[in-house]
Amino acid sequence: MDTLILEPSLYTVKAVLIMDNDGERMYAKYYDDTYPTVKEQKAFEKNIFNKTHRTDSEIALLEGLTVVYKSNIDLYFYVIGSSHENELMLMSVLNCLFDSLSQMLRKNVEKRALLENMEGLFLAVDEIVDGGVILESDPQQVVHRVALRGDDVPLTEQTVTQVLQSAKEQIKWSLLR
Amino acid sequence: MIKKFDKKDEESGSGSNPFQHLEKSAVLQEARIFNETPINPRRCLHILTKIIYLLNQGEHFGTTEATEAFFAMTRLFQSNDQTLRRMCYLTIKEMANISEDVIIVTSSLTKDMTGKEDVYRGPAIRALCRITDTTMLQAIERYMKQAIVDKVPSVSSSALVSSLHMVKMSFDVVKRWVNEAQEAASSDNIMVQYHALGLLYHLRKNDRLAVTKMLNKFTKSGLKSPFAYCMMIRIASKLLEETEGGHDSPLFDFIESCLRNKHEMVVYEAASAIVHMPNCTARELAPAVSVLQLFCSSPKAALRYAAVRTLNKVAMKHPSAVTACNLDLENLITDSNRSIATLAITTLLKTGSESSVDRLMKQISSFVSEISDEFKVVVVQAISALCQKYPRKHSVMMNFLSNMLRDDGGFEYKRAIVDCIISIIEENPESKETGLAHLCEFIEDCEHTVLATKILHLLGKEGPRTPTPSKYIRFIFNRVVLESEAVRAAAVSALAKFGAQNDDLLPSVLVLMKRCMMDSDDEVRDRATFYMNVLQQKQKALNAAYIFNGLSVSVPGLEKSLHQYTLEPSEKPFDMKTVPLATAPITEQKTEIAPVATSKLPEKLAPCRQDIYQEQLAAIPEFQALGPLFKSSEPVQLTEAETEYVVRCIKHAFTNHMIFQFDCTNTLNDQLLQRVLVQMEPSEAYEVLNYVPAPSLPYSQPGSCYSLVRLPEDDPTAVSCTFSCTMKYLVRDCDPNTGEPDDDGYDDEYVLEDLEVTVADHIQKVLKPNFGAAWDEIGDDNEKEETFALATVRTLDEAVNNIISFLGMQPCERSDKVPENKNSHVLFLAGVFRGGHDVLVRARLALADGVTMQVTVRSTDENVVDVILASVG
Repeated sequence: MDTLILEPSLYTVKAVLIMDNDGERMYAKYYDDTYPTVKEQKAFEKNIFNKTHRTDSEIALLEGLTVVYKSNIDLYFYVIGSSHENELMLMSVLNCLFDSLSQMLRKNVEKRALLENMEGLFLAVDEIVDGGVILESDPQQVVHRVALRGDDVPLTEQTVTQVLQSAKEQIKWSLLR
Repeated sequence: MIKKFDKKDEESGSGSNPFQHLEKSAVLQEARIFNETPINPRRCLHILTKIIYLLNQGEHFGTTEATEAFFAMTRLFQSNDQTLRRMCYLTIKEMANISEDVIIVTSSLTKDMTGKEDVYRGPAIRALCRITDTTMLQAIERYMKQAIVDKVPSVSSSALVSSLHMVKMSFDVVKRWVNEAQEAASSDNIMVQYHALGLLYHLRKNDRLAVTKMLNKFTKSGLKSPFAYCMMIRIASKLLEETEGGHDSPLFDFIESCLRNKHEMVVYEAASAIVHMPNCTARELAPAVSVLQLFCSSPKAALRYAAVRTLNKVAMKHPSAVTACNLDLENLITDSNRSIATLAITTLLKTGSESSVDRLMKQISSFVSEISDEFKVVVVQAISALCQKYPRKHSVMMNFLSNMLRDDGGFEYKRAIVDCIISIIEENPESKETGLAHLCEFIEDCEHTVLATKILHLLGKEGPRTPTPSKYIRFIFNRVVLESEAVRAAAVSALAKFGAQNDDLLPSVLVLMKRCMMDSDDEVRDRATFYMNVLQQKQKALNAAYIFNGLSVSVPGLEKSLHQYTLEPSEKPFDMKTVPLATAPITEQKTEIAPVATSKLPEKLAPCRQDIYQEQLAAIPEFQALGPLFKSSEPVQLTEAETEYVVRCIKHAFTNHMIFQFDCTNTLNDQLLQRVLVQMEPSEAYEVLNYVPAPSLPYSQPGSCYSLVRLPEDDPTAVSCTFSCTMKYLVRDCDPNTGEPDDDGYDDEYVLEDLEVTVADHIQKVLKPNFGAAWDEIGDDNEKEETFALATVRTLDEAVNNIISFLGMQPCERSDKVPENKNSHVLFLAGVFRGGHDVLVRARLALADGVTMQVTVRSTDENVVDVILASVG
C-alpha cells in the first residue's frame, strides 16, 4: 500500500478539456508535462472519450489519473487531476466551469452556442484555473470577472465614440513614446 | 450576450462551426487588420479568438510568424474594449513561449495592473508574471507587494498565485513578500486565504518550525475556505510524518476535528489523511471509516467513488476496520458507475468471509468487460490476495482468471493475471496442472513477448515434473514455429529442460532440437546447438550446470569484468569466479498498489545495491587490490535511534578481507566533526589493517568512514568475530545558524555498540531453480551430516526462519514455506561461500517436543562444510 503523503501544493488541476460528441477537441488546456506533445494529448483525449462518452457516471480513473466529467447535449467537459488528488476539489472546478458557461450562454450549453462564444470560454477558464492552481470556484464571480459585454450599444454610435476614443489614444500613445 | 459575427465571417465559417477548416496562414493574413486605424474591436476580437483557438488545437506556430502576430497584437492595447483587452492578455500568455521579445508589453501591462479598471488588474498581473524573469521581477516588486494586499479579491488572488508560480524561478525575491502574504491570509475572501496559505507554505516549507507556527496560528484563528482547510490538513499530515509525532499530538487532533467540518471536501480530505497515515491503529481509524461509510450513500458519484476508493485502501491493511461498512458496500455493487462497483466488490473480497466469495465473483464477472483496464488490474490483485487467504477457493478463482485471460485487455492487465495464476500455482500444488493448461492456452494467442517468454520459462521449470510432461511439448514447439525470435529462443530453452529431465522424452526432444538448429535467428540456433550437444552427453552434472541452474553472477559485474579482461590481455583464461555474484533475487514484494500510474513509469534496470557499493569502494585507493566485492550485508545500527550521532555499519566481504563501512550522521547543529574514524578491537585473530577517515561531518549531512580488516589466513574456519567499536573525531563547535565553525577544536570519542561478524556475512544467497540437480552436480565428495536438537524452538516455521536468517542462504524450491499440520519438513538452502565455493544445505526437520534437525552439507570445498556445521552447532 502506498503510504506516500503528498507534498502539500496548490497545483491541483492537470488539465481541463472540452470535447464535442465526436470526441473532437473543442478546448484543451494542459497544466503540466504529463502529456508533453500534441500527439500524446490527442491519444489521451481519444482514450478518455472512448471510455466515458457512453456512460454518465461522472468520475473515472484513466491512465493513472482521476477524471471527473459531465456531459450536456453535444458537449463533454473534463477536469483531470492526479489519482491522489481530492476528487471533490476537481469536482468543484468542473461544476464551476459548467455553471459559469451555463450562465454566460443563458443555459444554452451546446456546441453551437459555445463556438459563437469561444472568447467567453477562453476567459472563463483563465479565471477558474491559473497554471494548475484553482483561482476561483464561484461561478458568479467568474461570470462577473469575465464581464462579457453584450450588444446593447448600437453599432453606429459605437463606431463614432470608438473613432474619437482611438484618436485620443493615438495621441496619448505618440506622446508616451 | 450571444455575439453575432460580422456577416462575412458567418458565411466563411462553414455552417455551424465558424472555426472549422481554419487555415493558420489565412488567419495570420487577417491579423494585418490589427494595424488599421481606427481599430475595429469586434473584428480584431474575432481574429484573436481564432488565433487562440488554433494554438489550442495544437497548431504549431513558427517563431517568426508568432512574433509578427504578437507585435501586431500589441497595437490593440490602444483600444479600450474590455473583452478585446482581456483577449490580448490571453494571447500574451499563450505566446509567451513561442514569440520573441514578449517583454515589449511590460509597460502596458504594468499600467493596467496599477490602473483603475479592476477587471484589467488581475489578468494583467497574471500575464505580466508570465513574461517576467528574475531581474525584471525586481523592477515590479513594489507593485506586486501592493497587489498582494489589495482589497479587491481577484487582484490579490492573481498576485498570490503568480508569486507562487515564480517561487520556482526567483525564490529569493518572492521570499521578501512574506509579510504581505501573511496579511492576505487574514482576508475575508476564501480564495485569497487559500492562495495566501499556499504561498506561505511554499516559502517556508524548508523551515519546519515556521510551518508549525503558521499551522498553529491558522488552526486557532480558523479559516473560512474549505480549500484552505484541505491544504492545512495536508501540511499537518506531512508534519506528522516528518516528526514521527505520536497520534496524541495537537496536529492529529486538528485533522480529526476536520472530520466534523461542514464541507464534505474537508471531511473527505481529513478522512483520507488519517487513512494514509503510517501505523494508524484501528481505534484511530474508526471515526474516519465511519464518515466514509456515510459518504457511500451520497447521491454524488464523485463522493461515493472517493469514499469507496479510500475504504479499499483501508481494507488492504485493516480489513476488520471496514467490515462495519460491508452493508453499504453491498449496495454499491450494483452502482451504475462501474468504477465504484468494482472498488466496492474488491473491498468486499478483502473483508468478506469465505462463503461470500462465490457470489461476489459471479457478480463481478457480469460486468468485468465494461470496466477500464486499471480497475481490472485492481480486481486481479484482489483475487490474488484472496487466493492467499482462502487457498481452498483456488478452483473458482482459476476459472475466473482463465475467462479474464481470454478477454481483450492491455499488457498490464494480462501481466497481472499471469502473475496471479503463477502465484496460485506456486502456492497450491494441486492447482498446478489446471493453471499450466490455462497458460498454455493463453500463449497460443499472445501478442506480448514478455509474457510468452515468462510462461515458457515457467513451463520449462514446472512442466517436466508433472505426471504427463509430454502434453506440454506440443504447446512449446508451436511457439518455435510461429513466434518472434525472443519467444522462439525461450521455447528452445524450455524444450531442453524437458529433455534433460525426462529420459523417455529425450529422443523426441533431440529431433525437435535438430529442427531448431535450422532457425533463421542466431540466438535460437545457438541455443539449440548448445542444448543439443549438452543433452547428447547424457550426464546429470552437465545438465544441472548448463540447463537447469543458469549463471548466478551479476550481469553488470560480468560485463565490467569481461571489459577489464579484454583491456589487459593475459595468458590465463577468464575466471568466472572473479565475477561478483548477483545478489539473490528478493522474492517479489507483493505490494498492493492502488491503480496508479505505475504503467507509465519507465522501467529502468537499476544497478543493484551491491554494484553501487562496488563502484564506491573501488574509488578509494586503499581498497583497490582486494579483488571483487563478494557480499555486502544489510546495514546494522550501532547507535540508538535518538542519539547525538547516528552510526550504521555495512559489512563488505572480499576474498581475504572485510571492509566495514560506517555511515555516520551528525545530528548536533552546533558541531562540526572532522577526521572521523571508527576504531575497532577484534575478539579473534582478525587484523585491522587500515582506517579511512571521513574528512568532515557537518550537521545532518551523512558521511562514511571505512575500516579494512584482514581475515585470519591460517584458520579458515574462524568466521565469526566480535568487534568493539569506538568513534574518534575532532570536534569544532560552530554557530547553529550559520554553520561557521570555531578555529580550533578538541579530540573526542564516542563508544558504539559491538559489531558482530557471523557466518552469514561470508555467504552469498544463490537461487538454484532445480535444487535436486544442483545437489547431484556437487556430489558427495565433501558431504557431512550431523544431527542437532533445537530445544528452544516450538514450531517448524520458527525453526526454518531461524536457520535461514542464521546461515544467510537462499531457500530453494519454496522449501521455506512449511505446509500446515505437518510434523516434518525438508529445507533446501543454497549459497556461495566467500572465495566462490558452492555450498548446499539440506535440513530435515522433525517436530516432536522440540525440533530435531538433521543437517547435510555439500560443498566444493571441505573447509566450508566444516565451517557451516561448526557454526550451526
